[in-house]
Amino acid sequence: MADSGVTDGPGKKGEIERVKNEGKELSKEEKQRLRKEKKQQKKSKEKKDDKESEKEKKPGGSTATVPQAQPSTQKAPPAVPAPVSNSVPASEVAVATEKPTKSKAELKAERRARQDAERATKQTKKGEPGQQGATGKPKAPPSELLPVVKRLSEHVQVDDPDVLKKLAKKLERQQIPLRSDYGYKVSLFSHLHQYSRKAPPTQQLSIPSTVIHPAIVRLGLQYSQGIVAGSNARSVALLHAFKQVIRDYTTPPNEELSRDLVNKLKPYISFLNQCRPLSASMGNAIKYIKKEISNIPSQCKEEEAKNKLLTSIEWYIKEKIILAATAIAHSSIEKISDGDVILVYGCSSLVNHILCEAYDKQRKFRVIVVDSRPRLEGREALRRLVQKGISCTYVLISAVSYILPEVSKVFLGAHALLANGYVMSRVGTSQIALVAKAFNVPVLVCCETYKFCERVQTDSFVSNELDDPDDLIVTRKGKTQLAGWQQVASLGLLNLVYDVTPPDFVDLVITDLGMIPCTSVPVVLRVKNVDQ
Amino acid sequence: MELQAVLMAAGGGSRMTDLTYNTPKAMLPVGNKPLIWYPLNLLERVGFEEVIIITTKEVQKMMSMDPKIKVDVKMKLDVVCIQEDGDMGTADALRHIQQKIKTDILVVSCDLITDVALHEVVDLFRAHNATLAMLMSKAHEFTETVPGQKGKKKTAEQRDFVGVDQSGQRLLFMANEADLEDGLSLRKSVIRKHPRMHIRTGLVDAHLYCLKKAVVDFLSENKSISSIRGELLPYLVRKQFSKTANYEKIKDDCEDQTQKKSSTDDEVVISSRDESLLQRAQELSCWNDHRGDMSEAYHGGKLRCYVHIMEQGLCCRVNTLAAYIEANRLAPKLFEEPAVHPSSVISERCQMGSDSIIGALCQVADKTSIKRSTIGNSTTVKEKVKIANSIIMHGVAIEEGCNIQGSVICSNAVIGRGADLKYCLVGSGQWIEPEAERTNEVIVGTDQLMEI
Repeated sequence: MADSGVTDGPGKKGEIERVKNEGKELSKEEKQRLRKEKKQQKKSKEKKDDKESEKEKKPGGSTATVPQAQPSTQKAPPAVPAPVSNSVPASEVAVATEKPTKSKAELKAERRARQDAERATKQTKKGEPGQQGATGKPKAPPSELLPVVKRLSEHVQVDDPDVLKKLAKKLERQQIPLRSDYGYKVSLFSHLHQYSRKAPPTQQLSIPSTVIHPAIVRLGLQYSQGIVAGSNARSVALLHAFKQVIRDYTTPPNEELSRDLVNKLKPYISFLNQCRPLSASMGNAIKYIKKEISNIPSQCKEEEAKNKLLTSIEWYIKEKIILAATAIAHSSIEKISDGDVILVYGCSSLVNHILCEAYDKQRKFRVIVVDSRPRLEGREALRRLVQKGISCTYVLISAVSYILPEVSKVFLGAHALLANGYVMSRVGTSQIALVAKAFNVPVLVCCETYKFCERVQTDSFVSNELDDPDDLIVTRKGKTQLAGWQQVASLGLLNLVYDVTPPDFVDLVITDLGMIPCTSVPVVLRVKNVDQ
Repeated sequence: MELQAVLMAAGGGSRMTDLTYNTPKAMLPVGNKPLIWYPLNLLERVGFEEVIIITTKEVQKMMSMDPKIKVDVKMKLDVVCIQEDGDMGTADALRHIQQKIKTDILVVSCDLITDVALHEVVDLFRAHNATLAMLMSKAHEFTETVPGQKGKKKTAEQRDFVGVDQSGQRLLFMANEADLEDGLSLRKSVIRKHPRMHIRTGLVDAHLYCLKKAVVDFLSENKSISSIRGELLPYLVRKQFSKTANYEKIKDDCEDQTQKKSSTDDEVVISSRDESLLQRAQELSCWNDHRGDMSEAYHGGKLRCYVHIMEQGLCCRVNTLAAYIEANRLAPKLFEEPAVHPSSVISERCQMGSDSIIGALCQVADKTSIKRSTIGNSTTVKEKVKIANSIIMHGVAIEEGCNIQGSVICSNAVIGRGADLKYCLVGSGQWIEPEAERTNEVIVGTDQLMEI
């Protein structure tokens, strides 16, 4: 933060304090006024040089820098204009107290020199992360940005001890045990949780669980052990558990169902988050339920309200998952022609459904199932397709570039579709899409609209999920090489679950609204929001 | 409510009659606590607030008088009394309390002493939506000499054969040697579904079962089953693989009806509301519990039995004399309690080993040596007594100069001065004459000898 030796006076100190205390925003008028004062200050500065105000400057300068440092650390976007404008009131002080002693021409020259110097410093400041110029233009966006800035979710801030403390406090309030992280985390992903399957979330729960509904405990266990895996399966299981919760719910006296039930669901959702981070589809389902609950009119009787909620849950599943799958299958079958060789990756319930439907509709095609460790989900996909009667080939992901010349289309499932068109799916999907692009093979992503989420991500680091690192350990012929991996200080095992595929690699997204290009995802989101 | 705890405390202790002819098995002191305290403590520690105890009137009376239970146990105890004749099996008892059972149950036996993490068993029950989840443990050899055993008698315990799948969790096969006439026969359907099976014999059944409510309802319909361990469990394990179990249809329109039961062939039909939704979630999920064949998760079976086998830790069932002695050795190590009860009076010249426990209101005189022993409440030990590797119950009086080794002295016995007992079992209320020398004997009253 470059300061041109600014002085401070008692009056302007007060103004700095005021500016500091009022917070980040400086109105346009104020900034203009400050700019004017700055110009005047420069004038008087030349006169000051003669005087012995050096002594004043230094302590004044240091005190000036301190208040400037503080507000700048507090502010995010307006960090840069703030010190600039703070230096302005400081410099005004000298202006006000001094009297012009030099001639006009000399003053002009010095003023010009100083303006150049300031412009140069402003250029360097522009080069820094604060990208605004010295003018008032950045004023407006910061004041608009601030209310819109979203809080980062805690599950991507695990390396911040304050966030962890807040989370621990919240869980303590909700009486949910905190699940502790396990093992050494690779540094690039140290901001994510990493749990061990051997330390289940139910370790510290009381056995007839009273705080958390038994259906939710069962669900959480099934999530953490991987018994219910896959975006659609998790959402359906979640809605099923919520149905049980709603059935067993009774409104306490003096409470309203619409408010109390939402509060009851909050600790359950925290618990499920502890078992396994929520998926985008689950998040959307929860938003829907919360909205439905809060929309229950207060004069509605409890039985009626509960029935309403149960039917709305059933409607959601029927329309967003089951009928959507039928619609997507219907559209996709048009894309599958006889003689096709289709490549699929992992086990996506939707893609399996599409292929089975296509087979039922007498399309002649064969499938190549690509699989990867440690989950080896492709085996399950292989089983389902072969059981149907489809002829399949099975390869591991390391053989993808070998097998791709045979492939005519690639069908991929998605965990979520992000607002900037990126596809979030099982780790390895982006690799397949990349190789397919290199071979000019069309890549079709199948995704229901309820999985669209408003998050924006361009890389797989920022928000991901770390699975149990011990899954990577394999025992062959009685020998387990990685058995003592925790003892080796420089060794970290990384078991990523998701990755993001850029929209350049995806040729078409097949949704229940039709076949859209990847870049139309924000449009769909906007339309969805308008509908709601 | 998720689980209801049921504690079976009506057993007579038929395999250790010498100890139990006066004291019911549930109230035998182990480490100076009544035996029934241990499972109650286990249930309380994991968070149960209520327990249904099925027991006899005698035990109920003794429980209400016992200070340890009254003070320590904070749970609500719902005691159901049944007749003592012993004709009622554990399954019969469950049938008896069917009205009280509203949800899935956790059945525990009163003679179980364990430090198992109970969530391991219950998690299997929850996660796989199992009909049965039980606890078993690797059996440990008993190292202590058992009083009254003539020679190296290898206890001809009937072996239990337990078959588990590759993961070690799914229970595939359970049979007792007594039921197998010619040999062990395995059904082809089991082997077809689980080609790799581990059959284990060295396992102790802890008698801790999580059962679905539908099983209790099934029991009330089938009055022929009287024992959980002997009849119900093998039936359930077999039923997992029966053909009809796999053809249970789930109707979509039964979502809002209460639990339906199929009326054919004593089926244990597990159906619940929204079964179709659960089924759909399972179909959408990309998980399978086995691989290598074409069937879906669990082979489509609705009835599943799971077992958690404890490899480490203490799990002891006190149903024989040897087990009782072993339990007295190991149980005190589970809890951090002072070895000497504060109300006892121990003289300074007494040599007490670190492994010994002294109960409340005892009086131990000078020049005594107590090593690796348990001394019950209100016992008096006079001078120059040597006690080693023994269990002395409550209210015993030991006169001077006695030498007791490896023995079990039941409550209210009197050991005359100078007696020398090695590996003996002295029954309740017996009087050993002074200067007696007994080795490896069971000394009980003559009227008890008539009992079989």
